[in-house]
Amino acid sequence: MSKILENLRYADSHEWVKLEDGIATVGITDYAQHALGSIVYVDMPEEGDEVTAGEEFGAVESVKAASDLISPVSGTVIEINTALEDSPELVNEDAYGNWIMKVEVSDPAEVEKLLDAEGYAKICEE
Amino acid sequence: MKYYDKLIFELSRPGRKGYELPATDFGHDAFAEMPATLMREKDADLPEVSELDVVRHYTNLSNKNFGVDTGFYPLGSCTMKYNPKINEELAALPAFTQIHPLQDEKSIQGALELYWNLQHALSNIAGLYEFTLNPYAGAHGELTGLMVMRQYHIANGDLKRTKVIVPDSAHGTNPASAMVAGLQVVEVKSKPNGSIDVEDLKPLLDDTVAGIMMTNPNTLGMFETEIMEIAKLVHEAGGLLYYDGANLNPLLGKVRPGDMGFDIMHINLHKTFSTPHGGGGPGSGPVGVVEKLAKFLPNPRVKKNSDGSFTITTDEDSLGSISTFLGNFGVMMKAYAYILTLGKENLKNVGPMATLNANYIKESLKDDYLLPIEGVCKHEFVFDGLKDKSTGVTTLNVAKRLLDYGFHAPTIYFPLLFHESMMIEPTETEALETLDEFIEVMHKVAAEAKENPDLVKDAPVTTLVRKLDETGAAKNPILTYRHLVSEDNK
Repeated sequence: MSKILENLRYADSHEWVKLEDGIATVGITDYAQHALGSIVYVDMPEEGDEVTAGEEFGAVESVKAASDLISPVSGTVIEINTALEDSPELVNEDAYGNWIMKVEVSDPAEVEKLLDAEGYAKICEE
Repeated sequence: MKYYDKLIFELSRPGRKGYELPATDFGHDAFAEMPATLMREKDADLPEVSELDVVRHYTNLSNKNFGVDTGFYPLGSCTMKYNPKINEELAALPAFTQIHPLQDEKSIQGALELYWNLQHALSNIAGLYEFTLNPYAGAHGELTGLMVMRQYHIANGDLKRTKVIVPDSAHGTNPASAMVAGLQVVEVKSKPNGSIDVEDLKPLLDDTVAGIMMTNPNTLGMFETEIMEIAKLVHEAGGLLYYDGANLNPLLGKVRPGDMGFDIMHINLHKTFSTPHGGGGPGSGPVGVVEKLAKFLPNPRVKKNSDGSFTITTDEDSLGSISTFLGNFGVMMKAYAYILTLGKENLKNVGPMATLNANYIKESLKDDYLLPIEGVCKHEFVFDGLKDKSTGVTTLNVAKRLLDYGFHAPTIYFPLLFHESMMIEPTETEALETLDEFIEVMHKVAAEAKENPDLVKDAPVTTLVRKLDETGAAKNPILTYRHLVSEDNK
């Protein structure tokens, strides 16, 4: 079974968000890394890029498939996880520990619209 | 089998060669007349080997191949049917192999007649007005077809039509071709049974739609029963229907895309019409269209004159040229040989036999493998991995284990509608004994997955190369011979 953490919010496109002091930390879920298989590349935005909720902000490539990353929030990218540049497999090891980007959100209410752990668990069962 | 992994460059010895050129007949030194700027400064680094070196090298390499001549090749969506040797024999006739595209057309009437006859045979089979045989393969055919679609809307002054609707179950080439053709892709959802959701389609049909791309049967091997309704809706909205011919095999001689309302289609001669497929083919992707689109087809074209002779023409309304000359002519000859060998009556047996074979395997295996969509399929079907998910054995593991038993793996992880897709297409050319043998092995692998899952997870064990490090290959690819040599010397 895939891990789903209680204190995070989720998009139905399998990204997770943790909002703290107006900064959203974004990654992909354990379910997503499991479905993708061995991840070989994470295409990340650059610091200062604007991202929009519901729109693509990068991509994850595994030996099985390449999938777009969809931003669950809107705002400005303030940091990316550079460790993933050389070691994308970290996402497979711990999808929640190894976030992809941090965003200064322009509308914190967007996070409230995302799924909670229970709602996301249902999506994964479908 | 002895393991052989040499590169031709490793066999090279200075001065060794397998040929001797005669003295020039023309009495002058061509090199002396060449401008200095066109001359290489260093000799090309080509391998220097004897004829025997070359023959042994490539024979040894070819022995590592698995092809449809070696064994069963149930690669879904690829129609890996047997390639009859009579095709090769006819395509090798010197009267065809020793002609040149720039020859006077009076001296290549036979070749042009063959092109014209094949165009018309495909028109009859597809129910479409005119074909071009110029595109080099399936995706090139898709691009050509979409360029026709775009050209049609441009000619109508209907410039806002830039959207192409593609089902979420489509072959990956469909959205890719649409993007390359400069059009935008809009996805339409499929219903749980895999067919297009007409209710999801309706709101997408506005005056910005250029057309829809479909394959029928779809990528789950199921016939789109609502195709007439879909064609009506798309046409009413001013769009065109594109038929991806990858799945034409089960319909051959039975149902024609033109009769289903399609305006444009491509045919993969290297699938449906038995020409070699894979390893670069080469392929051929003829594109057929309805009458109102015929003038947009690419140049050059072959026309029949009133006196029965043939001529190469160009048309002003054409979208232009998409290939050098008239495409992959050798492939056309093989496809034409196939059509004439089978004849009109036998062509009609291809689809039903391909369909029967696919259903036979599907019904025989559905106790062990998860069949997400019940019902009669066409030429192929999809399992969502093993039925028993508790063993941790994945579709990839099963595919690798099949290699140990001498079968090529089916298509895996496509379509994307399921996590553990395994797409099986036996084609009509396999005998009952082969199908039974495959079914027996698939049952055996399912049993192994329960009793000894590690055996399946570690497969293949009997092949020349064991399980490959796909992550390593993607992360640290070694792409050049020199790199390989320097790695060795470290």
